[in-house]
Amino acid sequence: MKPLQNRIADVVKNVPRSGIRDFFELVQGRDDVISLGVGEPDFSAPWHIREAAIYSLEKGQTSYTSNLGLMSLRECIVDYVRDQFAVSYDAGTEVLVTVGVSEALDLVCRALLNPGDEVIYHEPCYVSYNPSIAMAHGVAVSIQTRVEDDFELKAADVEAAITEKSKILLLNFPTNPTGAVEPLSELEKIAELAVKHDLIVVTDEIYSELMYSGDSGMERGKHVSIASLPGMRERTVLLHGFSKAFAMTGFRLGYACAPSVLTEAMMKIHQYSMLCAPIMSQMAAIEALKNGANEMEKMRRAYAQRRNLMLKRFGEMGVPCFAPGGAFYMFPDIRKFGLTSQEFSLRLLEEENVAVVPGNAFGEAGEGCVRACYATAYDQLEIALDRIEAFVGRLQAN
Amino acid sequence: MEALIDLLQKNARLSTREMSERLGKTESEIESALAALIADRTILGFHAVVDPDRVEKTGVSALIEVKLTPEREGGFDRFAQRIAKFDQVTSCYLMSGGYDLTVIVEGDDLREVARFVSDKLSTIDGVVSTATHFQLKVYKQSGFIAADSSTSERLPVTP
Repeated sequence: MKPLQNRIADVVKNVPRSGIRDFFELVQGRDDVISLGVGEPDFSAPWHIREAAIYSLEKGQTSYTSNLGLMSLRECIVDYVRDQFAVSYDAGTEVLVTVGVSEALDLVCRALLNPGDEVIYHEPCYVSYNPSIAMAHGVAVSIQTRVEDDFELKAADVEAAITEKSKILLLNFPTNPTGAVEPLSELEKIAELAVKHDLIVVTDEIYSELMYSGDSGMERGKHVSIASLPGMRERTVLLHGFSKAFAMTGFRLGYACAPSVLTEAMMKIHQYSMLCAPIMSQMAAIEALKNGANEMEKMRRAYAQRRNLMLKRFGEMGVPCFAPGGAFYMFPDIRKFGLTSQEFSLRLLEEENVAVVPGNAFGEAGEGCVRACYATAYDQLEIALDRIEAFVGRLQAN
Repeated sequence: MEALIDLLQKNARLSTREMSERLGKTESEIESALAALIADRTILGFHAVVDPDRVEKTGVSALIEVKLTPEREGGFDRFAQRIAKFDQVTSCYLMSGGYDLTVIVEGDDLREVARFVSDKLSTIDGVVSTATHFQLKVYKQSGFIAADSSTSERLPVTP
């Protein structure tokens, strides 16, 4: 028998191990670690949402649903997207409910890409973008955003990356891992480029509710979806879900809104691979969209308070860190300490028992920074920041 | 101001420094805002929220529904204020619906509360009737769930 490792498909073999996974294994098994390495809310899903899921089980709702998702959920999604993003979709044909945004991203890549088609995306970015493109036989073309620009995406950089083979432009604002928000003026230029070069825009807006502006970030910042800009609706796949704003990561529920030709193509894959998203999660999501606004805002305010703490403390420590407009991550610049992001994160873990994620886990452009998530209880954050302060104090003394 | 009230309603023991960190304000801004809220009686007071099942001293608490005859001048206000001034009364609200006032009363024992109702409350002019309900167990008080010990495990590092 041939060795089993020779049986693995090349496309899978060539996907590198996740940097996050490596780091996870280092952190696991250590006691007394305060982890700022997570990518999910520390809150449980609000009780009224959990209760809706329990009620749906009590009523015996344990069946499959339509491949597209429950019609009643799709109608709620259409209302919500119209109110929040100022774009209208048809619940019958233009919305696909998926198992998280991750599945939706995989579907859109597989539905649109022929071998060799190029997908332009910006780094540092969520860890699945590059592998999802590669596993769909596409060519991942990354644009490096810069700490000097607060990790905004420059339209000029997008234009420089466009070739004959460019098919998709993949955007994520607010961005995981940086918390960056794209200024409207630049987003408009990017939209014009997409029209000019006839690109499909796939926009992952999973953090769009978690925006901070106004007085000390306590106001909810206004999110503008690229799908709402002129000429964009017909060429945009809007990806969103329930994990971050509603603290529903474990429910695994997301959705894609797009012109029906595209949702139909994505649905062809979804119906054979996933069939449908779990019905109890869909029932919970209906409750979230109908009655979840208040609880969501409470969580957002809690994040805003923690963001203020992080900004103040990093400032006092002399660790450069821009004020992120969204999500729940800080992406401090640690280059002045003369360590790579891996070395910094490893030593911080070993010496002070605080876990952050090395920036290079999110692409080369993340090197020189680390991701510190503030979706952690306030008192734990304070202790973690004290430990980081002690650590960088020692680095500065040397 | 609203954010400051929000913060204090959840935890009034935060130091000025902690409040300034959370809200992105200076400590002197917090101090003057707080002084203003106390001065204009937006903030009436601060207290600990206690689970009565976990303290040695056992008292009783009762919710009393009170029906009143309103006065031509002033409606319910004079009677309600008179009732609210009794030391045993911890809260007093004018209600819509089948009765007029909700009066929350605390006492050392059942007899003390009963005496308050018969001697003081029901003898006030304007009180038409009372219905007293004794509290048996606290599940949630002032936004805090009693005896909540549930935990959930998060993975330490996730994308």
